[in-house]
Amino acid sequence: MQILYFPGCTLSTKAKGLDITTREALAALGVHLCELPRWTCCGTVFPLAQDNYIQMVAAARLLATSASLGENRLVTVCSFCYHVLKRVNHAIKNNREAKEKINNYLEENYSGEVQPVHPLEIIRNDYGFNRLREKLGDSLKGLRVACYYGCMLVRPPGEMNFGNPDNPTIMEEFIAALGGVPVDFASKTKCCGSYQILNTPDLVANRTKEILASAAASGAQAIITSCPLCQFNLDRQQEKVADKKNFRQIPVLYFTQLLAAVFKVPLDKMGIEEHYVDPRAVLKEI
Amino acid sequence: MAEEKEMVNIYIMGKQYQVPYGITIMKAMEYAGYRFIRGCGCRGGFCGACATVFRKPGDFRIRVGLACQTTVEEGMYLTQIPFYPANKATYNLEELRPDLEAILKNYPETTRCLGCNACTKICPQELDVMYYIAAAQRGDIARCAEMSFDCLMCGLCASRCPAEIVQYNVAILARRLYGRHVAPRAEHLARRVEEIKNGKYDEEINRLTKLDIVELKKLYDARDIEP
Repeated sequence: MQILYFPGCTLSTKAKGLDITTREALAALGVHLCELPRWTCCGTVFPLAQDNYIQMVAAARLLATSASLGENRLVTVCSFCYHVLKRVNHAIKNNREAKEKINNYLEENYSGEVQPVHPLEIIRNDYGFNRLREKLGDSLKGLRVACYYGCMLVRPPGEMNFGNPDNPTIMEEFIAALGGVPVDFASKTKCCGSYQILNTPDLVANRTKEILASAAASGAQAIITSCPLCQFNLDRQQEKVADKKNFRQIPVLYFTQLLAAVFKVPLDKMGIEEHYVDPRAVLKEI
Repeated sequence: MAEEKEMVNIYIMGKQYQVPYGITIMKAMEYAGYRFIRGCGCRGGFCGACATVFRKPGDFRIRVGLACQTTVEEGMYLTQIPFYPANKATYNLEELRPDLEAILKNYPETTRCLGCNACTKICPQELDVMYYIAAAQRGDIARCAEMSFDCLMCGLCASRCPAEIVQYNVAILARRLYGRHVAPRAEHLARRVEEIKNGKYDEEINRLTKLDIVELKKLYDARDIEP
């Protein structure tokens, strides 16, 4: 199965591991990702002002290009890209003024036909978690995994449709299908602080401390995420608390790195050199 | 009998002139009596100095062209832009690597790109400006260099950019990084330089500098000429 793929800027620079493991893991499931030609940055943030159309133009152009290629789905894995694409598409479908203004500016005729999808949705809907369980149901060998969604995947619920915004389950189903044990922890949809790391690092330190403590208290051996910023924050902040007593370091992995490990993708291709907390001990078990 | 030359009406600095059809904007301005004393450029379509913006009556589109290359059309309403003020970074190529960091360190405003495509639309060379900036944003120096190769640095893109990026300066940084750090080295050049440093040609050069002028001319006339 071929499907159009939007990697995004971060996956081409700081999060190459997420890009490589997404492509390899999905390929192993028979899903071939074809990179969208001539793609540009999605814009990163969805504008808060309802009439700020220029900030929707970049994402709208990506979707319109996908539509002109005859595609009806565009896969992206970075939580921020997924968030922006989905919300811009929603605005074009539901906000007549947004649709008209953006189409006038782009000189396109796009009505929201392309559906932005997340690789977890592909695995669930196209491949099937049951099939995954049949094929690879003992791969994780009971590994206790904290599934961290962060904020961008699930909110606002009416537009993101990624499950219950307070208790989504798609990642847990994924882990369970691979034979892991998804641990229940309270902070799974609490924001890590994302790009506030640039200007207000203390805010990120506080948020991540709470999230990491929550995951640790639930007995997690690893945390999985879909977002390069979440990975960076949850991983790097552990350096700050490293000297604290009773603090157990937990490797923060992309869910695709776990899946890639299941498919025996070599560790040196996964981009784990970027990680502060070494995940090799966990990955070698798989 | 002299042929009737077809004349067209154009507007230079808001004033109407009748100029012969078929000549370039630059020639037309000179025909109208203007004299270019500075900054009109190479007149050969290469330097980007004569970037001109114009509109035609009844059409909302902004059009551009190089004055030395673009021929006049009926109703052209012309504006010359000598250049647009640009942010220019100072850097040492030896201290930079061909990566995203080099771009962001010198031109951090590059990430302000909104994806509006105004730069691409205004480029007189029809370059994919937004796309080469997108390549720069993801650290793809080679692609940025390749796509911006025909850039004349006319400045029209920078004049239209709402994010205040100077696209052509980012591009020339990418091309410089490519040339210095990415492009394959010329092996034969390196070998020749080594030979020179080792004095292989010293004796011959010393001999030539001491030769009498008649001998020198004889040698020159008898030199190898490539067919």
